[in-house]
Amino acid sequence: MARVPAKPRDRIRFLLDGERYELDNVDPTRTVLQFLREDLRRTGTKEGCAEGDCGACTVVIAELNRDGSDLSARAINSCIQFLPTLDGKELITVESLAGPDGDLHPVQRAMVDCHGSQCGFCTPGFVMSLFALYKTQTAPSRETIDHVLAGNLCRCTGYRPIISAAEAMYDETPGDDWLRQPAGRGQPPAARIAALKSLDDGCSLDIACDGRRFIAPATAAELATLLAEHGDATILAGGTDVGLWVTKQHRDIDTVIYTGRVKELCELKVTPSHLDIGAAVSLTDVVPVLVGHYPDLEDLMLRFASPPIRNAATLGGNVANGSPIGDSMPALVVLDTTLKLRSASGSRELPLDDFYKDYMVNDLQPGEFVESIRVPLPEAGVHVKSYKISKRFDQDISAVCGAYRLRIDDGRVADVRIAYGGMAATIKRAQHCEKAMSGQPWNEQTIESAMRSLTEDFKPIDDMRSTADYRLRVAQNLLRRLFLETTGGLDDTVYHYGRTG
Amino acid sequence: MIRCITMDAPVKRSQDETARAVGRALPHDSAVLHVTGQAAYTDDLPEPRDLLHLAVGMSKHAHARIRNINLDKVRTARGVVDTLLAADIPGDNNFGPIVADDPILVENVAEYAGHPLFAVAATTVDFARKAVRLARIDYDVLDAIVDAADAVEKQSFVLPTENLQRGDAVAALKKSPHRLSRRIRCGGQDQFYLEGHIAMALPQEDRGMLVYSSTQHPDEVQSLVAHATGRAAKDVVVICRRMGGAFGGKESQAALIACIAALMADKTGRSCKLRLDRDDDMIMTGKRHDFVIDYDVGFDDSGRITGIDFELAGRCGISADLSGPVNDRAMFHCDNTYFLENVHVTSHRCKTNTVSNTAFRGFGGPQGMFAIEYVVEDIARHLGKDPLQVRRKNFYGVDERNVTQYGQVVEDNIIHDIVDKLVDDSGYETRREQIRAFNAGSPVLKRGLSLTPVKFGISFTNTLLNQAGALVHVYKDGTVQLNHGGTEMGQGLYIKVAQVVADELGIDVDDIRITAADTSKVPNASATAASSGSDMNGKAAQAAAAKIRRRLTEFACRHFDVKEADVEFAGGRVRAGDNDIGFRELVVLAWADRVSLSATGYYRTPKIHYDRATFSGRPFFYYAYGAAVSEVIVDTLTGEHRILRVDILHDCGDSLNPAIDLGQVEGGFVQGVGWLTAEELWWNEAGQLKTHAPSTYKIPTCSDLATDFRVELLHNAANREDTIYRSKAVGEPPLMLGLSVFHAIRDAISTADNPSPALDAPATPEAVLRAWERWPQ
Repeated sequence: MARVPAKPRDRIRFLLDGERYELDNVDPTRTVLQFLREDLRRTGTKEGCAEGDCGACTVVIAELNRDGSDLSARAINSCIQFLPTLDGKELITVESLAGPDGDLHPVQRAMVDCHGSQCGFCTPGFVMSLFALYKTQTAPSRETIDHVLAGNLCRCTGYRPIISAAEAMYDETPGDDWLRQPAGRGQPPAARIAALKSLDDGCSLDIACDGRRFIAPATAAELATLLAEHGDATILAGGTDVGLWVTKQHRDIDTVIYTGRVKELCELKVTPSHLDIGAAVSLTDVVPVLVGHYPDLEDLMLRFASPPIRNAATLGGNVANGSPIGDSMPALVVLDTTLKLRSASGSRELPLDDFYKDYMVNDLQPGEFVESIRVPLPEAGVHVKSYKISKRFDQDISAVCGAYRLRIDDGRVADVRIAYGGMAATIKRAQHCEKAMSGQPWNEQTIESAMRSLTEDFKPIDDMRSTADYRLRVAQNLLRRLFLETTGGLDDTVYHYGRTG
Repeated sequence: MIRCITMDAPVKRSQDETARAVGRALPHDSAVLHVTGQAAYTDDLPEPRDLLHLAVGMSKHAHARIRNINLDKVRTARGVVDTLLAADIPGDNNFGPIVADDPILVENVAEYAGHPLFAVAATTVDFARKAVRLARIDYDVLDAIVDAADAVEKQSFVLPTENLQRGDAVAALKKSPHRLSRRIRCGGQDQFYLEGHIAMALPQEDRGMLVYSSTQHPDEVQSLVAHATGRAAKDVVVICRRMGGAFGGKESQAALIACIAALMADKTGRSCKLRLDRDDDMIMTGKRHDFVIDYDVGFDDSGRITGIDFELAGRCGISADLSGPVNDRAMFHCDNTYFLENVHVTSHRCKTNTVSNTAFRGFGGPQGMFAIEYVVEDIARHLGKDPLQVRRKNFYGVDERNVTQYGQVVEDNIIHDIVDKLVDDSGYETRREQIRAFNAGSPVLKRGLSLTPVKFGISFTNTLLNQAGALVHVYKDGTVQLNHGGTEMGQGLYIKVAQVVADELGIDVDDIRITAADTSKVPNASATAASSGSDMNGKAAQAAAAKIRRRLTEFACRHFDVKEADVEFAGGRVRAGDNDIGFRELVVLAWADRVSLSATGYYRTPKIHYDRATFSGRPFFYYAYGAAVSEVIVDTLTGEHRILRVDILHDCGDSLNPAIDLGQVEGGFVQGVGWLTAEELWWNEAGQLKTHAPSTYKIPTCSDLATDFRVELLHNAANREDTIYRSKAVGEPPLMLGLSVFHAIRDAISTADNPSPALDAPATPEAVLRAWERWPQ
């Protein structure tokens, strides 16, 4: 018999500068940024866009690792992170870093010495992203620095001095405090770990505020029950889209049900045949596992949003949200991914390819949620590729995202799956194109015919990201790139050309 | 590889070099405040207890008669205290800086999607923004003109078309051995300062109004707030300590936000803050002008231009704003570094139903240079020459071929030396060959290389704006407060001017407190714009400090009975003959002797004059120069590109602060690259801007910086003109170095049967693929 869950806690608890905050009556959609700037008048953290795209609001969240021996430090966008999701964590802001006597943190010192700030408005965000880097890696390459800073926009410096600071920050004398120690040096003090452990009671949360609620169940069963009870509730995972409903669309969300504390949804298992990815696992945690099995997806995954977004966002959220420009789904579709869906009345499995019905419409029934995403492990001799096309390489939304799974036997296309994002109202398989390739010799003629057949699969639209003409043409040209890459005709990409590593 | 060479050693100026502040690479004065989050921007200031937060309701149509604005639901929404309509404005309903054609709130006809219709005041930001959405507006939708070319066709202009002529372009074109003509386009650009527009207005006793504004032009905000609220200038004080970026976007546009805040403060009697949401900011406020350019050029076999005709059409949006001088500057810079003997320029200032375009770093200069650089490239490609060769062929001479199309003699031409050195340093010739070989063996990936020069005229083209004031106080403890009319937007103006004052008084920079731009301290200041900030405010502050030093010198002469020539201020000490005394001690003695320790300083730029009727004279005190070599690689299947290497050599004269100047060069370059490659403003058919947030409008990120980035400031480059310590202005000129990347992309996709690809800016992947595959326009 299942353990009777303890009574849900009615307040959130988190740490900031060593102090334990306990807050009740918290507005379920109040953002961390609003809390910092408006409630605490702690104005170092800035609002630049209120949509998680500029990074001026970057703060760091520290959490205990699985065995409770160490802390992770991850940057997030405080402008779209709801305050109640801080429960059980430590919040670190730009004001947290300098010593009590005003002694600059090594990251801050390096930024000053390298002239890394001009107007200074983006600077607190850069400092925090660099701080997260400082706490997780040593001697980062230029490429790593680029990836780490992909979610921070600077309009003044052109980034060069900030890159210099990222390299120089390890040369500063760190000092004793855990915050000042670079990655791999010094354990977090026992008191810090104990303080975080003391927040972790495994309880569900149910925070009420003027008739509105933030509910964070601890188990999948509880989640299913809650969803059955609250038909109008909004499911919150990473919040990188729901956050914008609040900050940009000014929607009133009365009941938020948060998946981030659901034990089963936070698990990532590797079985002999599958990756079984809990719907609440962050993209940051998914990426290394997925890329470990499918190395050709690395570029796509590193160009998928930005580190602060990937730290908060979940694969389940990307899939369930079902935007036609979601970057994970074309690849997941061609990999024959299935979803485990669950509700109070039971569970079912559904191929991802059958999940999307129309623009932002999916097959989820009332009270149903995505529990996990099951990605088959790779088979030998199969090419899996995904190409993303956008105006800017990093942190941009795809104009087109193509994904391909291809097996060539004896020079013929033995098996093929192709899916595109950005080409239709949903992520969609290119069935005519697949048909044009199936069983055909893998040659120029086949690729020409496959390119032609895409016009039967897709009638894309014009918008601010690109015209329909470009979408179709580049989708065709990506087939040629696939052909060249799989036949030795192209061994480099512009994205990597001339870069180290 | 990232290598940036700056001048570490101070420029020789004193017997005691180490004590000098000018020429040293000091950090930004607020650097420590920036990195610790302590630097206070307008939204970080303590809020008065009675503060109301504002939001603005905008027109959703590009052109519409407003039949009715029903705010019933807005007024009863939670937290709402008051609303403001055009009819509530007691004074002038205008924030246009030159022509009074820019209503703060629409009275009858909304002219762009985003035009402010009303404002609401509520107890929180959230309540105000939610309430705005409850308005019911009845529109009669009218036809809209969105595109500049369309505006030319319909003769829709905000200001009369201007013409500039030198020589006989028509005759020269007829006689030319070769002739090319083409229509090209460059896009607009959002300033994308990280801190959006904001103002906080606090009513004061006796009808006073104090306004904290994120503005490059406090004086203009002061006068427009005064006019709008029915006050005199004396009743309004505007303060700005710093902006979180501006780039021209807070030159005229800040007044709109400040006027709304002040009007609501006036109406409610309470403090009011208006902080625009990012999307509203991008929809409501002006950007760089996009241009449609028609050129017709004649040239000889060597590529030398014999005659040229330009027709420039700039999209100005709905009102004049700063479009007159912006388009004038485009006319002044369509020569760049090239002598155009026979030239005719037509400049249309197009009225469109889009947001009124405004200042943005370069101020028309970039568009003018875009035009001529495209022409020079096309000439070279037509003749099968390396564009560098054609550029050199057309450079202004040093002693001949040195008069611009507006009659100014180019007296300080150093572009030959800069380009020669850069060609050597960058290994241009060798790499040209390597790239040729690479491309021959690479059907999909193509590399390209380009060198582009910059010559940028320094001064406001409107001569009267070239004046500045400063105020310096020395306190009894020997420390100093410095104030001047310039504003700090991140460009490092404040530290540079402080360095000047420190040297004038022979004290340490740390003994100077740099204070906020404040209309009650320095009146009638011009905008901090046109790259002129440190030139003008540096000179004005130097003059103020010099007055105090002179008084102290006179006192020292009396006190120590020495001659003036025997008094020297350096290193925080004063030497008077055989006496050596601390600056502080001297100050106390002087005070006790009743010597005034406060002074104003004033500067007006010499030599300049300009007749706008004929577009002739000497609008610019001097020119700043630079050049860049960029190499790119392009994927011809997708149109994507990467910048592989950039070499820049830039002229800052004798730099006041090489670290700050280097930052301007690097940052300006990257911003120029953004304008030309990635930043695309996109309007739908209804005239609504759909790229109004960083999710859809893409400025460069860290990984867009060249893998190999080498920037050098020109050494021993004293300005020939008597500028502050012979330095040169640096704010705008480097932006145009970004043209090298655009032309490197064109170079990469240029082939024998498509030598001059039809690539417009921005060179997005789509634009590049379109040009490579030669899609029909």
